[in-house]
Amino acid sequence: MTDHTNTTSGHRGLIFEEPLIFELDSTGSTAVDLDEPEHDIDRLGGLRRRGPVGLPGLSEPEVVRHYTRLSQKNYSIDTGFYPLGSCTMKHNPRLNEKMARLPGLGDIHPFQPESTVQGAYHLMDTLASWLKKMTGLPAVALSPAAGAHGELCGLMAIRAAHQAAGNDDRMVVLVPESAHGTNPATATICGYSVESIPGNGNGRVDVDALTARLGPDIAAVMITNPNTCGLFENEAKVIADAVHAAGAYFYMDGANFNAIVGRVTLSALGVDAMHINLHKTFSTPHGGGGPGAGPTVLSDALAPFAPVPFLVHDGNGLRMAEHAGDKDAPQSFGRMKGYHGQFGVFVRALSYMMSLGIDGLREASGDAVLNANYLRVRLSEELTPSYDGICMHEALFDDRFLKDTGVSTLDFAKSMIDEGFHPPTMYFPLVVHGALLMEPTETESKATLDQYCETVLALARKAKRGDTAEEFLSAPYLTPRRRLDETQAARKPVLRWKPEPLNHAAR
Amino acid sequence: MRYHPLTDADRGAMLAAIGVESVDALFAELPAGEPTFDLPNQQSEINVERALNAFAKENLSCADAPSFLGAGNYRHHTPASLDHLIQRGEFLTAYTPYQPEISQGTLQTIFEFQSQVALMMDMEVANASMYDGATACAEAAAMACRITRRSRVMMSGSVHPHYRDVTQTQLKHLGLGIACLSPDPIGIEDLIGRVDDSLACVVVQNPGFFGHLSDLTPLSKACHAVGVLLVVCVTEPVSLGLVIPPGAMGADIVVGEGQSLAGPASFGGPGVGLFATQEKFIRQMPGRLCGETVDADDRRGFVLTLSTREQHIRREKATSNICTNSGLIALAFTIHMTLLGEAGFTRLAEVNHANAVTLANKLDAIKGVKVIPQTFFNEFSITLPQRAAAVAETLAQKGVLGGVPVSRFYPRYEELENILLVTATELTTEGDMNLLVESLTELLS
Amino acid sequence: MTDIRYTKEHEWVRQDGDSATVGITDYAQSQLGDIVFVEVPDEGKALAKGAEAAVVESVKAASEVYAPVSGTVMQGNAVLGDAPNTVNSDPSGDGWFFKMTLTDASELDGLMDQAAYDAYLKDCDA
Repeated sequence: MTDHTNTTSGHRGLIFEEPLIFELDSTGSTAVDLDEPEHDIDRLGGLRRRGPVGLPGLSEPEVVRHYTRLSQKNYSIDTGFYPLGSCTMKHNPRLNEKMARLPGLGDIHPFQPESTVQGAYHLMDTLASWLKKMTGLPAVALSPAAGAHGELCGLMAIRAAHQAAGNDDRMVVLVPESAHGTNPATATICGYSVESIPGNGNGRVDVDALTARLGPDIAAVMITNPNTCGLFENEAKVIADAVHAAGAYFYMDGANFNAIVGRVTLSALGVDAMHINLHKTFSTPHGGGGPGAGPTVLSDALAPFAPVPFLVHDGNGLRMAEHAGDKDAPQSFGRMKGYHGQFGVFVRALSYMMSLGIDGLREASGDAVLNANYLRVRLSEELTPSYDGICMHEALFDDRFLKDTGVSTLDFAKSMIDEGFHPPTMYFPLVVHGALLMEPTETESKATLDQYCETVLALARKAKRGDTAEEFLSAPYLTPRRRLDETQAARKPVLRWKPEPLNHAAR
Repeated sequence: MRYHPLTDADRGAMLAAIGVESVDALFAELPAGEPTFDLPNQQSEINVERALNAFAKENLSCADAPSFLGAGNYRHHTPASLDHLIQRGEFLTAYTPYQPEISQGTLQTIFEFQSQVALMMDMEVANASMYDGATACAEAAAMACRITRRSRVMMSGSVHPHYRDVTQTQLKHLGLGIACLSPDPIGIEDLIGRVDDSLACVVVQNPGFFGHLSDLTPLSKACHAVGVLLVVCVTEPVSLGLVIPPGAMGADIVVGEGQSLAGPASFGGPGVGLFATQEKFIRQMPGRLCGETVDADDRRGFVLTLSTREQHIRREKATSNICTNSGLIALAFTIHMTLLGEAGFTRLAEVNHANAVTLANKLDAIKGVKVIPQTFFNEFSITLPQRAAAVAETLAQKGVLGGVPVSRFYPRYEELENILLVTATELTTEGDMNLLVESLTELLS
Repeated sequence: MTDIRYTKEHEWVRQDGDSATVGITDYAQSQLGDIVFVEVPDEGKALAKGAEAAVVESVKAASEVYAPVSGTVMQGNAVLGDAPNTVNSDPSGDGWFFKMTLTDASELDGLMDQAAYDAYLKDCDA
């Protein structure tokens, strides 16, 4: 079904066809006027560039129009609902943006003398304090740049702790089969081998299988709680006790912290280390793929091995411990990131935490879980929930409801796009077939959820008619681009624009 | 709470539909007992602003003091349109572009970003960015080891100490040996003489940490003769507007930090890691990649591609565990590069260098001060007759952020104690330079 | 007719005197989807039974191909470099991955024959 409203320009109303900047080039044009250099004496040692860089030139109005038009092809939280399981796509408050840009926060240099940035250190220390109090763990490493980086931080601290204790034979990490791909990838980078623990048919870790596998070769267990099926691992403490008794550490993947913030302490769950995704639970914007931050809270046992840099209180105020192995950080496992961490993300997250307060955070987890259960109950009318009973902040469905319809999970999800909704997480976790994992978050209104449910139920009924597979297969129809050929993109990768005559005459 | 749309009436209706008494009842599986948290309750915007402003006012910012600070984080002008464009909600609040039909905005900007980075570095292909330059450097070393199937890495003394430290940390459990040469302020280390076929790669930085510019062509030839890869770090990408790029000198992998072009210092983070290599190494490259393709109506479009390298598919066998890239900061970088264009970017680089040359001459004229490198771009090291850290502190008290003492990075090297890194950019005025010269002269007399 | 044997990982191996040809089955290629990249082993590489021999990638998955028996690689299928889709269109014929010598032909006896593999497939789909 192609659009019959062909236009001369190629634009269609407010949907613009926008070329690449390289195709908009006006040689010599620029949107930035700079004064000429004062002189032309150089000290380049003969290493001046020999030819042009090859960049296109555009004026300011052309640049503004280019990016404005491109932005209009994007779905975003500001535009609509993203029921993406495991992503916590909550509203990104603009107060956070304003705070990050304050003079004195946005424009300070990481290597100013420390006496001139005590405010920045206080801010980081305050954030650290919030994270420690919220989780009940005594220490936090602020420097990891994202969730996966935080996982690495936790595992490296664990490995350092084992090495310090002489436990060199503990080289295996146990990971549930439902875990996110970053878990086994991280463990491997840490030099561990990974073994999978099955689920128990109730969507949770098979505790017996896990405890049976514990032994003197196990370094750690990585558990996500609530897990990737959206369920609370109610035997988490039992697991933690068994893990500790076996001489191993308990790492918790904090991607789903939004479900339990303000309602449980990690010490009650026996956690030794957990990363927190500030860009999930604490509302910092996703920005089309980043940046994030993954501060990792640590138990007393792991705290001595935390990475540099970290803040130290002394008589004169705050300073940064920046060198692993020196007086302040004798057992630190090293440095994970340049400079002091994702400071701009810290400001945004702290602004959010202060706005919500502990009562607001509790309300957030409450409404997040309420919204997810509401979706679960309403959508169960036509969709097949993978597990019975109360879920946490996300609801998991599988593709049994699409059996014999000829419609796959992918096609079903793509059809939601024409209806103005971003599809939920698909095909994850791997433990159910054709998974649809939906996390509404607390910043969605009941009206939005109702409209979403009515739409999804209508789509399900349409699929079940049995004669509509064709239509689903080619969805979406109304978007700036239809389905894209990912096979071609992978078989013959074109990863950049190339100047003539290097252009491939592919089309 | 202003971000939570549900009303009590909504909650009541929803609880009834679910069949539970209260929201708290949904949490029955959590451990018993209501934990209390020693944290304040919610606050209005007014109060939050007050609190954060208080933190801000405790700091001395570049708005209030001329700044000559660099060491991997550089202060440049950001054109006014840039912040407006990246704050458009469709860019700021968009998710990773896994649904390409509704993400062509993000995807096309990534494609343009990849193209610009490849052009600037004169390499064949670049990825969609990494967390920062230091982690990109670590990933490059690991990638070189995978490609060559060798396990030794040699790092030049010209490499930024954070890049060196992060590389050592990230790779420590992979059975790889990282040999770090001593910091090299004078630029005399012999890398070529140390190249042998046990190495996977040699890692250098250009301009170097102490400022030196080098011709890497002889080194790249020596490396390639024995199957060793050359990894080059660029901490100041503005230099690529004036200096021969690493690709033209034979680099196999180029990494860098895009912060200086993406926006303000932001106390060092978030930044954006740049990563470029040659096409033959694509499948070993970490991070996200955006590729061109067509849609069902045969129109050009863009998608994330070659994802089978990444963690969500390969799991244990992934090339890296990276999940996020630095999306919005990469967007800021690419928008700034588009605003500059060829003419603006080359002019920017020329002005930076010219100002640095002027500043170097002025500082060299001060008794007891010596500029160390013969060649540099916009940053150079100087020796002082006193400990640089104390000098920097005193200058700051006088309202001048005069430079970064190298001892901050190398606290145990006494011979580096008197060295200060000084940077000039297009924002550095004659007045700023004269103020630094006067303050320094007074201090040292 | 040459006897074809199958592994639980959906590789097929066809003996031809002292050597054998190895590929993946129609079931495997349909599970993977459109194949975008294949990496075949170099000539002369020694393979133990069960060792990783090749890599096959589709848009959504990547998979190792294991040596069904022990031997040495004689030749990797060069066609697959430019035309990985051959594995989708002709998995048992032109889409072969590599040819190898056989160290111990009796290893083939431990693998499934056509009937056993067909029965195994029925279980996979359940």
